[in-house]
Amino acid sequence: MEERPISDISYRKFIEEGKLMGSRCRGCGKIYHPPRHLCEDCFGTEMEWHELKGEGELTTYTCIFVVPPYMAEEGYGRENPYCTGVVTLSEGPRVVARIEGVDAKNPESIRIGMPVKAVFNRVGEGEKARTYLAFRPA
Amino acid sequence: MAGKRKIGRGVAIVGAGMSRFGMFQDKDSKDLFAEAFRELLESVDKGLDPRDIQAIWIGNFSNDFFVHQAHWGPIIADLTGLAPRAVTRTEGACASSTLAVRDGIMAIASGMYDIVLAGGVEEMSKRTTEEVTEGLALATSPYEGAAGFTFPGVFGALANAYFHKYGASREHLMNVTIKSHENAPLNPKGQFRQTIRDLMEARKEKARQKGLPVPDWSDEKEALFDPSFNPPVAWPMHLFDCCPISDGASCVLLVAEELAKSFTDDPIYVVGFGQGSGRGLHACPSFTSFEANRQAAAEAYGMSGLKPEDVQFAEVHDCFSIAELIHIEDLGFFGEGEAYKAVAEGETRREGRMPINTSGGLKCKGHPVGATGVAQMYEVWKQLRGEAGERQIPGRDLYIGATQNLGGTGGTCTFTIFERR
Ligand SMILES: [Zn+2]
Repeated sequence: MEERPISDISYRKFIEEGKLMGSRCRGCGKIYHPPRHLCEDCFGTEMEWHELKGEGELTTYTCIFVVPPYMAEEGYGRENPYCTGVVTLSEGPRVVARIEGVDAKNPESIRIGMPVKAVFNRVGEGEKARTYLAFRPA
Repeated sequence: MAGKRKIGRGVAIVGAGMSRFGMFQDKDSKDLFAEAFRELLESVDKGLDPRDIQAIWIGNFSNDFFVHQAHWGPIIADLTGLAPRAVTRTEGACASSTLAVRDGIMAIASGMYDIVLAGGVEEMSKRTTEEVTEGLALATSPYEGAAGFTFPGVFGALANAYFHKYGASREHLMNVTIKSHENAPLNPKGQFRQTIRDLMEARKEKARQKGLPVPDWSDEKEALFDPSFNPPVAWPMHLFDCCPISDGASCVLLVAEELAKSFTDDPIYVVGFGQGSGRGLHACPSFTSFEANRQAAAEAYGMSGLKPEDVQFAEVHDCFSIAELIHIEDLGFFGEGEAYKAVAEGETRREGRMPINTSGGLKCKGHPVGATGVAQMYEVWKQLRGEAGERQIPGRDLYIGATQNLGGTGGTCTFTIFERR
């Protein structure tokens, strides 16, 4: 198992490496995503990393037309909306992430319940280069 | 956990004030709070010597960000002439001022104080819309911003989940907006005072004057379906599903129950209050309910011994149209998946079975976030005392009203029940 501490910082490092990681309670076995420091079921304090398959279904979504500055930088806006949503993973936990490969200009064409799969997208250059998690129709 | 906990000593509201809500380039937070406090002083039927106020709680979400000034407690104590008395600022995003009242109630119930001023203030309009959006997004869960979620986006996702689960549609959200705008012209302190029909006519007139094609909408919904009138913000949230950016202040005077009659023959008693916390979207047990609401409601109903059907009217936190539907189900006023049908049948209008947001709600009255919770209480105070003027709920004797206030995207929810005896 990975030696990294259970934390959001470690979680983001895994995303940079193309891995979707949650935490698993050593006491009761419950799997969490994003990783939790403490188990909210058994209040156990020992957690270990658990790699998630990145498969699931779209639970709900929205298409954003009035975009925040950091999304405008990627070219999104009123005429070019993007979709973001909540995915329920096959292991149970949920993920909040961008949904790609759907028609955000036609939000009613997007189907709750559709199967989706994680992708890791590299954007930006040099110091600003980063990887973000998204899901696409499977 | 929620139980039937009682407070050790009853508390009543004996005075209330609220500034005009709107976007004011020529008024700052002090001007607005002074306006609300002045009205509060005049509202105490048998008079109040302000020197008798022992402590202050003031709700403010983020004037730090909006006007680059923090530490609002002492500023308000000084403004009201109450320094060096104790003042405490509370922060629970858009529920900040309800937390101020809650703390004031508990301070009186504990025996620490007898007379407390509680209120809230927020000054948002000096910033651009983009900056305010960024400021409000500080109150979402950190995981949501990383995924490109905005504030309206979270509520858009809840709306899609509600549509999918219950078969509701955008048209049902429009019923909420149209109803709130029906109350808007009747609230002299509100930010928007026009019905949707008034706004449609104004748009047509503007087109005529400019020599542009005049829209031929046949009714409100046709206009609301027209993206030139009602553009999308975060599907299915459109402009008219969203509350505005506002400046404003509000306050109430809380006193120990045994002192209430020395201030007025008509006090409004706090009979139940509850507060809950919620988590980010990834951890929500449901997308058609706020767990924090359920917690708050269980506490408030348990404390008061009242049931949802005992509440005659309520102000709820309609930051977005979908939120109003979810709240009135969470609070038990309507069954799960029933609110959208009840609103369509007019049950939440002023003359309906369960009037909701007679003030016009956040949508029309405005939403200066730190002032909103106490402004909701101001409306309940007015309605219960029969002082709501043209928007007074018609044809019934009111004695139980309630306020529900939400912070962030459901991270904080409160429910407070008031009684006129
Ligand atoms: Zn556990």
